[in-house]
Amino acid sequence: MQKQEYTITVYTENQIGLLNRIAIIFSRRKINIESLNTSPSEVDSVHRFTIVINETEDVVRKLCRQIEKQVEVLKAYYNTEEEIIWQELALYKVPTDVIAEEVKVERLLREHGAKAVVIRKDYTVFEVAGKREETDNLIKVLEPYGLIEFVRSARVAIIKDSDGFHKKLKEFEYHQPGEDTSENEFLSENEKVFSM
Amino acid sequence: MQTLKLKATPKEKKSSPAIKHAQEVSGSVAVLDALVAENVETIFGYPGGAIMPIYDALYDYKEQLNHILVRHEQGAIHAAQGFARASGQVGVVFATSGPGATNLVTGLADAMIDSTPVVCITGQVFAHLLGTDAFQETDVINITTPITKWNYQVTDATEIPAVLAKAFYIAKSGRPGPVVIDITKNAQLQKFNYAGYEKCEHIRSYRPKPIVRKEYVEQAAELINAAEKPFIIFGQGVILGNAEKEFQQFVEKSGIPAAWTIMGMSAIPTDHPLGVGMLGMHGNYGPNVLTNECDVLIAIGMRFDDRVTGRLDKYAKQAKVIHLDIDPAEIDKNVKATVPVWGDCKETLPLLTEMIKQKVYPQWLQKFQEYRQKEEDKVIYEELNPTTEVLTMGEVIKELNELTKGDAIIVTDVGQHQMVACRYAKMNQTKSNITSGGLGTMGYALPAAIGAAYGDPSRHTVAIIGDGGFQMTLQELGTIMQFKPNVKIIILNNNFLGMVRQWQQLFHEKRYSFVDITSPDFVQVAKGFGIPGKSISKRPDLKNALKEMLDNDGSFLLEIMVGKENNVFPMVPQGRGVAEIVLCREEV
Ligand SMILES: Cc1ncc(C[n+]2csc(CCOP(=O)(O)OP(=O)(O)O)c2C)c(N)n1
Repeated sequence: MQKQEYTITVYTENQIGLLNRIAIIFSRRKINIESLNTSPSEVDSVHRFTIVINETEDVVRKLCRQIEKQVEVLKAYYNTEEEIIWQELALYKVPTDVIAEEVKVERLLREHGAKAVVIRKDYTVFEVAGKREETDNLIKVLEPYGLIEFVRSARVAIIKDSDGFHKKLKEFEYHQPGEDTSENEFLSENEKVFSM
Repeated sequence: MQTLKLKATPKEKKSSPAIKHAQEVSGSVAVLDALVAENVETIFGYPGGAIMPIYDALYDYKEQLNHILVRHEQGAIHAAQGFARASGQVGVVFATSGPGATNLVTGLADAMIDSTPVVCITGQVFAHLLGTDAFQETDVINITTPITKWNYQVTDATEIPAVLAKAFYIAKSGRPGPVVIDITKNAQLQKFNYAGYEKCEHIRSYRPKPIVRKEYVEQAAELINAAEKPFIIFGQGVILGNAEKEFQQFVEKSGIPAAWTIMGMSAIPTDHPLGVGMLGMHGNYGPNVLTNECDVLIAIGMRFDDRVTGRLDKYAKQAKVIHLDIDPAEIDKNVKATVPVWGDCKETLPLLTEMIKQKVYPQWLQKFQEYRQKEEDKVIYEELNPTTEVLTMGEVIKELNELTKGDAIIVTDVGQHQMVACRYAKMNQTKSNITSGGLGTMGYALPAAIGAAYGDPSRHTVAIIGDGGFQMTLQELGTIMQFKPNVKIIILNNNFLGMVRQWQQLFHEKRYSFVDITSPDFVQVAKGFGIPGKSISKRPDLKNALKEMLDNDGSFLLEIMVGKENNVFPMVPQGRGVAEIVLCREEV
């Protein structure tokens, strides 16, 4: 099986120490986390982790099962690049005088979809949201003009096929899911809904 | 919410004087009240600065809670493990912060890998000192995260009832495991308005049991019904799931030969007609070889540990695999399941039993018999009826079987004696085999046996320990001296770290590197702790010495000198397939 990039989405309770509990599932197996983001989710009180790794599907599936086994984890999904919509945010700090003097720079920035966040006499900060290549490209473009600082955020991703976690959460709140839930949960929707 | 839950527990009359008249209680009292409400009777622990408020409260709970003062916190957790394994209940440990907590680490790792339910309560420095490198401050939560099923730090007393309820629920439900609750000293001291203890029955992010998927049970039954050479392999899941009866019914109706992992041993009586022996590196010949001949392999409550499978790419490649497990993460982890039967085997086994045909497999069973005979001729007979003058470990176990009739709890340490004991011990009752299977922790047996003696006082507890392993935790003789649990200790002394020596002999050209171990006079050591003992080396003394040990009221230490360079066979050498199991040195 080929290694490829997978984005793992984990819905969790918001609990101190959980980040570590999840992170060591990867480090124990000597797997590098390419990107990790934690944020609120569409459901109040439920947290969402977005983790990017490069691995085979077999390994990723096992990792998700280990993650899901943690007491405070509600659900873990993994998706390939095609199955998600994702973005990263990059910030670039450039000397303001260079931009003012070199008309070309301004054009380049505009071409890359950069937006000024802060403009000061000494420097200007631009932001670009997009894919890795896009934000990377702009570094190369800006380097000759004295890029002062660069930073990129972790990936955030939306799963194309997901209808969110609201309904799912209800099932978790039942003590014993009723026949109905377990039927459609397992028989009709099979792997997609409840892969464990 | 119930008020003062103590009233609702069976131990009503024992309720704490501290709570009877006041709703305002300290965090420490709430901890102890929680233990009483969870029907805990025995705690293994060791006090220290950061847990003093809990120990102070314990002073008033002496009647409800029996605290066993161990001699080292590792002893406390192994004792709690032994207690849990013998009783099926949660073992409870108290330890102080810093070194007290770090001394628990080995036992936590052991309990984690062997799915043993324990709740450890550790004291921690005051919350305002966290992160200041305060005296005896260690980051217990982060140290124990990879080796606990769950852990949590309490800094506010009001959290205590709910957190402890969660701790007990998590430790024992689903696939059991260890839980650490780290409580800062201020929370132990803090008074709060206590509304009573309520047991936890549900945590929304935690599903202890996957829901049984009937269609998989059906598929499994179809495979079984069509099989010609099916083979059952089972692990501790059967015991942890209290499913011994359901399992035995399944085995008997199916007529399928069944072999156990070291952790599954005693789930059915060892001489059950369909019980064909132990799997694994030093398991029986037939079960290992025939794993690679069966057509349907039915794995129940076991996790395909590498000591069981040998080389994975040579493991049961011909077979369709049915895997019953409560932990979804175990399915396909090491061996791909043709049919995964997720769920608690107490629920899945009866469903499966109902769907399968009653069958017998005389020819297939005959094959196991043939391999059994080969093993008997090449290994077992000589081990149990040696022609040499020196005693073998095997004959000790054989004599012990005769005297205990297979009714004792056998607690083993780690090494050759462990493998020999598990190969030859007879067990009629479940929960009879207590050993460190997954972690292989030397020093486990003595404290675990102490715990087992509390966990099931109705049976003899016999610890079988090597001369090396005994020296790792022998300080727990002090615990036996003081609290007098009835533990029979057999030291099988070969004057070597035998298992390592065996490997050096077989795989390192007999370069014996630091495996020669000197021992003290164990009988004198025991005597120093007020425990009677005896040392023997001759065959004619064996039976009487064992009898004397078992008949003694109270603990007894029996040292038995055995052959120095005896090896345990059969053996699946590391890196080979199960079918490449060897019966003697020449075949290695
Ligand atoms: C804590 C620990 N340290 C080291 C080992 C490695 N080890 C496995 S078996 C063994 C030898 C045990 O010797 P002994 O207790 O005398 O038992 P024997 O094998 O001779 O029966 C050793 C050192 C271990 N399992 N646990």
